[in-house]
Amino acid sequence: MESLPLYAQLINLLASVLLLLAFAMLAQRRVVTLIDLFAAQGLALACSTAIVAYATAQPHLYFSTAITLVLKVAILPWLLHRLVQRLDVKWDVEGLINVPTTMIVGLVLVIFSFNLAVPISQLANTVTRATLGIAMATVMLSFLMMITRRKAIPQVIGFLSMENGLFFAATSATYGMPMVVELGIALDVLVGMLILGVFFFQIREQFDSLDLKHMEKLKEGEAE
Amino acid sequence: MSMSAYLSQLVQVAVALMLAPLLVGWVNQCRAWLQNKRAPSLFLPYRTIRKLFVKDAVVAQNASPIFRLTPYIVFGAMTCAAAIVPSLATDLPFARAADAIALVGLFALARVFMSLAAMDIGTAFGSLGARRDMFVGFLAEPALLMVLFTASLISSSTSLPQIVDTLAHHEIGIYPSLAFAGVAFTMVSLAENARIPVDNPATHLELTMIHEAMLLEYSARHLALLEWAAALKLFNYSCIGLALFFPFGIVVSGADWLAVMSSAPLLVAKLAIGGVALALIETLSAKMRIFRAPEFLGTAFMLAVLAMLVNLLLGA
Repeated sequence: MESLPLYAQLINLLASVLLLLAFAMLAQRRVVTLIDLFAAQGLALACSTAIVAYATAQPHLYFSTAITLVLKVAILPWLLHRLVQRLDVKWDVEGLINVPTTMIVGLVLVIFSFNLAVPISQLANTVTRATLGIAMATVMLSFLMMITRRKAIPQVIGFLSMENGLFFAATSATYGMPMVVELGIALDVLVGMLILGVFFFQIREQFDSLDLKHMEKLKEGEAE
Repeated sequence: MSMSAYLSQLVQVAVALMLAPLLVGWVNQCRAWLQNKRAPSLFLPYRTIRKLFVKDAVVAQNASPIFRLTPYIVFGAMTCAAAIVPSLATDLPFARAADAIALVGLFALARVFMSLAAMDIGTAFGSLGARRDMFVGFLAEPALLMVLFTASLISSSTSLPQIVDTLAHHEIGIYPSLAFAGVAFTMVSLAENARIPVDNPATHLELTMIHEAMLLEYSARHLALLEWAAALKLFNYSCIGLALFFPFGIVVSGADWLAVMSSAPLLVAKLAIGGVALALIETLSAKMRIFRAPEFLGTAFMLAVLAMLVNLLLGA
């Protein structure tokens, strides 16, 4: 077994933690724990970005780390926690399919994205290219979470964690996106979250629930 | 194959047979301490086994030969497993006969006969326990296989001594795949050894029993053998875990049998720490409903597969 330098080992470890957290989010039933897991995912992402920045001496990645830390570990979880408290939906337990089945589907997705990533990562020449597969798997798993959840808040958390995966993919394939793009995305996510927060209240006002299957009806009073 | 290899093989099996009840006693003692109870003697399992051996066996009238044979088959399977798992040395002549997959098969053989014997008498609790045991087993076995496959991928061999040789010599580093596999293995061992999140080894309530329900009809020497086999199973699983994830101190090939003797104290120390960890897990967690077991073991399976995939992708 050839040994990698320590920073590469640490990045591999954090990538695995990211993947594990994606699965934990997929299996998690409580909204409050889901938000904490999302914050933990952000923390793992920030750590791995910082290590990449240190190992490759790319100062702009430190800014990405700072943005990730502030936005995804502090502000977004805080916003979500407040939303959950105001909406009083701590025990949002519904999924469309049961947990073991979701996990098996998740495993298939992981195999698919690992295979998909192999030719791409062979083209990249970064130290972190091996972790591209994990980044893609995280995106896919977040997608799966958005599909299998019925309620609005877990879907939004899935969307945010998908953004985590994309960010990780960018770091592992090309040492991050240009600063302007990163700032733009960060702002988009923040504003998107605020707007979605307002949406939650509107949805509940209209349908008395955050279950999105009510939105499949086109007109008010059609079903009655 | 030298004389010393046969000697180390013999020493290893003898140590396994002698130490297994002690491990059970130690776990029980730790658990009692953690729960603020007065602990039973460390040697209580030995006394129980000795007491059971001198009693007269009672067998139900409608028992078939399977019922009488099962204790010997189960005990034999566990002793074979103790001979295969490299707990003290890796230079084992017997280990050539079976690799990691055959080892899982050996455990499965014991389980099948246990279940057959439990259903043989035709009592409700026996067949209930047998069905539950098969249910847990069919979920735990794939996860165990996946854990062993991860270790086999790292050492590119399914032979257990070879795996331990490779793992004991590889450089110290961070291996996320081994960490995942370790957690998965812990979960599988808890389920396979009828420990608390899945089954309660100290229960007296027949309705919640899994493993104990299958032993209800046994008495005397049959029961002694089955108790001893259960202790051996726990010992074997602990030794597999130690060999895969903490392989330092196991004598690798080429050493004489005196070195094997000297590795025994280290094994005892590792087992003692493992026993404390097991007691801690059992004290901190509550028994699950039986229908939560698929979720628990599904998570173990998922972790084991993830370990394998991460190992393939990252090579670590």
